[in-house]
Amino acid sequence: MHPERVYFYGTCLVDLFYPEAGMAGIKLLRRAGVEVLFPEGQTCCGQPAFNCGYWEEARRVARSQVELFPLDLPVVLPSGSCAGMMRNHYPELFHGEPDEARVRAFSARVFELTQFLVDVLDVRLEDLGEPVKVTWHSSCHALRDLGLAGQPQALLGQLANVELAPLARERECCGFGGTFSVRHPEISGSMACDKAADAAATGAARVLSTDGGCLLNVQGALEAKGHPLRAQHIAEFLWERTHER
Amino acid sequence: MNAETGFRESASKALGDPQIRANFRRAMDGLMAKRAAQFPDPADLEALRSLGTAIRARSLLDLPRLLEQLEANCTRNGIQVHWARTCEEGNELVLGLLRARGATRLVKGKSMVSEEMGLNHFLEAHGVEALESDLGEYIIQLDHETPSHIIMPAIHKNKTQIARQFSQKIKDARYTEDVDELTALARKVLRRKFLEADAGLSGVNFAVADTGTLCLVENEGNGRMSTHVPPLHIALMGLEKVVETLEDVAPLYALLTRSATGQAVSTYLNLIRGPRGPEELDGPREVHLVILDNGRSRIYADPQLRATLRCIRCGACMNHCPVYTRVGGHAFQAVYPGPIGTILTPQMEGVGVRHELLHGSSLCGACSQVCPVEIPIPEIIVRLRREATHRDAASAVEGRGTGRTATEDLAWRLWAAVLSRPRAYRLAAWCATRFRNLIPGGLPLLKAWTLARTRPVPARRSLQERMREEGRIHG
Repeated sequence: MHPERVYFYGTCLVDLFYPEAGMAGIKLLRRAGVEVLFPEGQTCCGQPAFNCGYWEEARRVARSQVELFPLDLPVVLPSGSCAGMMRNHYPELFHGEPDEARVRAFSARVFELTQFLVDVLDVRLEDLGEPVKVTWHSSCHALRDLGLAGQPQALLGQLANVELAPLARERECCGFGGTFSVRHPEISGSMACDKAADAAATGAARVLSTDGGCLLNVQGALEAKGHPLRAQHIAEFLWERTHER
Repeated sequence: MNAETGFRESASKALGDPQIRANFRRAMDGLMAKRAAQFPDPADLEALRSLGTAIRARSLLDLPRLLEQLEANCTRNGIQVHWARTCEEGNELVLGLLRARGATRLVKGKSMVSEEMGLNHFLEAHGVEALESDLGEYIIQLDHETPSHIIMPAIHKNKTQIARQFSQKIKDARYTEDVDELTALARKVLRRKFLEADAGLSGVNFAVADTGTLCLVENEGNGRMSTHVPPLHIALMGLEKVVETLEDVAPLYALLTRSATGQAVSTYLNLIRGPRGPEELDGPREVHLVILDNGRSRIYADPQLRATLRCIRCGACMNHCPVYTRVGGHAFQAVYPGPIGTILTPQMEGVGVRHELLHGSSLCGACSQVCPVEIPIPEIIVRLRREATHRDAASAVEGRGTGRTATEDLAWRLWAAVLSRPRAYRLAAWCATRFRNLIPGGLPLLKAWTLARTRPVPARRSLQERMREEGRIHG
């Protein structure tokens, strides 16, 4: 079943820090023959307040976002963490609220981008780039909260000239953790530096991930340590490799 | 035990100690690999975890009845059962049992509940020698330290540190780094102590209600010595440790040893049914069981938080925790460190006083993924963060609402005000992108971020702005 139209939810981090990844995600969807609706009024999924225990504030923000997606269409996000929030935690956040049923119906339509490209659209990619070595950081929320099961790797595996170098302790957190990164910057920073060092040790040119938070964190640590390796969003990388220039 | 300094400060101190970093990283990497080797088939693992979870959940659902049944059956077997609401009551009970029999020398098998009670200090202050006989516990007792891990209490020390310590603190011991020789040294000291002891103390891994059996899992034989050689055996357990039948023990035991140390079985599994019988030649003359509450019944009363009590104390959450691996157990300044401690300690001591600890997690979920009884640790952390700052009338969480500050309150209110109003967000995004290089580095949050990272710089134009320019936005 190939949907004709989808909604795209940019997320705040992609909106402000990785617009290129958002544009790439939209282009990947369009190239797969899907019309992409990008509603006005997007802000944030509400996860920071939710995770900190400020549920009333999280609900206010979440409610303003759910309203933007009235049609019964899939909602695709270039983030495993925000997708996990909207898909798994909105029902909890709205438990017992008058609009719970409406929110639940929305949650059931939420997909992370690579999940949607593989599981729903079954896309085929053709690699047009030069040989390159990359490594993969499996963002915790994408992996364990949302439950991504190898979709990003499956997409990378379609690219003939891309070598995927295994990252030591691939499933270990990079230390971002939202407000954790500034509430406990010493612990968070030590995790980020270890992740940056492991990524640098692979000899890859890029460390890829589904999530803007991890990218900001790992990129910041890579730069602070002077590693030339760059952290990049998988959507941006996939588009870069597969579009005719 | 109270948090003397905040978690951020103690963790920072630990992070600055290369020995701690190296010891924990090496040990945790080893433990993770050993556990993984014990669960080669993910489907088998999930089936076993589901079974373990179901058993623990069912036991808790029926906890009051099972505890009464346990008491009745233990009593029938000759085990005398005592109830302690608080640690103070528990300590007094133990001291009373020892005093009544003139006991002044106690050997201890490993018991985290005794750590919770601060039993060693209490007994020493009352003239009773309490000697730890678990090798790890013995090592840290020599240095007057507390456990840094619930299964491997001396894991923060390496071989060289222990060699130095033994040569200084054990009489006539020569310096050696040979592990077998070090173990033999401790064994020699402890053997004498077992024979001289007036009483032995142990923990309980599982208490079986319908047979009145106490199960004790261990590797060194010190548990068996502590519970069988001295004439008096006192067992300590938290009130959540009960299961219904012996059949329930098998899957939990399989999960415990594999999750904890990556062993298919432990060297010893002691099933204690009571004191020495009339025809028997060995075993204690008396067995007592002290069942401690210490806040557990309050945790039990909350349907979501009750999952905390499913814990079988395997320590896998610690072994897999990226925070614990870096800061070690002592940084948590609590009896139970790591992820399980992060949810248990604030519930016992109060969520307000442990607010900083509750935020010392990236919510990565590695803990709940390996937990053999599927405790949703990240979800409970979020719940307790909420309890710390909000006073919910329906909740019974200790210290609820006491972690609230006007600054944080205001910050979230502003955050919600901007992000629930698209126009306000648009303006904020416009400012962030236009003045992207002008954001003052002295802002507290940015200052914290840049301790180990370069400052994040917003894009020149936001995704929404670009979409708007391309006329692709749907209003």
